[in-house]
Amino acid sequence: MSEKRYLARSTAIASRAMGDELMIMSATNSTLFTLNEIAMLIWEAADGATPLEDIVTGRICAEYDVKPEVAMTDAEKLVAELVGHGLLLVSREPIGSLTRNS
Amino acid sequence: MKTTIQPDELVVEIGGLPIRLHSNDLDFIRMLRERYAGYVNNSDHASFNFEIELAPPGTESRDEDVRVSWDSGQWLMERGDFRAEWNPFTCQGRIQQTINPYSLDSVLRIVHSLVLARHGGFLVHASSAVRNERAFLFAGISGAGKTTMARLAPPDVTLLTDEISHVSFHEDQYRAAGTPFFGELARVGENMRAPIECLYLLAKGPDNKIEPVSGPNAIRGLLENILFFAKDPALVNMVFDAACRFIDRVPVRKLTFAPDASVWELIV
Repeated sequence: MSEKRYLARSTAIASRAMGDELMIMSATNSTLFTLNEIAMLIWEAADGATPLEDIVTGRICAEYDVKPEVAMTDAEKLVAELVGHGLLLVSREPIGSLTRNS
Repeated sequence: MKTTIQPDELVVEIGGLPIRLHSNDLDFIRMLRERYAGYVNNSDHASFNFEIELAPPGTESRDEDVRVSWDSGQWLMERGDFRAEWNPFTCQGRIQQTINPYSLDSVLRIVHSLVLARHGGFLVHASSAVRNERAFLFAGISGAGKTTMARLAPPDVTLLTDEISHVSFHEDQYRAAGTPFFGELARVGENMRAPIECLYLLAKGPDNKIEPVSGPNAIRGLLENILFFAKDPALVNMVFDAACRFIDRVPVRKLTFAPDASVWELIV
């Protein structure tokens, strides 16, 4: 059985929703990202306490007609990209708010 | 308390922010008076005071990266050719540089970008001009056509800058102010302010064409051109918010233009 992965949004960002998209700017390098509707679901659910697996099954698969394994693969790609840019933190343990200022 | 401007100092006022510059080298001060002609304020009032310490020629390095950081209650600004400190609480600063006008230009840009960020404004890579009492901004990276638009401007247009536009938020409207920061045109802009009518994102093409830009593309187009140096998260948030508010209030359009004067027929 695989371990769960907990996600938390970095606080070193600025963001704004625009229609069906969310714009995020990194405070560390001013890089700009645009998240689509599904990516926004993951972003908004990244509260440090909800595992990625639960976000995919409980939010994405519940709201969109997509196979769990496909949704998980896409979610993992997105998470890896956001983590790579320092926008998202990922941990095998729940992430407290005090540890988010990376 | 001083009552008159001394020969070893001058006050440079850009966008309504007077900054006093002092140096013991009177020749340098005279050079600055010429460099910032049109922006030298003869009143004694200044929001900030900078002491300029001149280093011998040849002591600068070729490091072109600008570093801006907040440390121990003051801003530190560094590049190969200058090092500056500025405490916004005491309103005092110090600049170490060799005798050249470019280092000070950079320090002033950084200081203005930091001050503007706290008040919903920004400096942006854009030429700007006033026509019929309204300001038009033409943003783009180097080579996009900022100076070309300035050169092609007809006589009824007043140039604010061909390189760096000063955008402030005041009394519920965005205003553009002239700046002495010039590009290839090598001419300081007119020292005046006007409400902004439109921001054009420049592109070169075979014909003149205007297309609306909205939402994320407008923010992206604006943010790509905003000058911002500090990596302070709170300030980055402010600049991002300022960009979002700006596009809520000011139309953003893509201006594709052929490099001839006819493009100005569209700017009304």
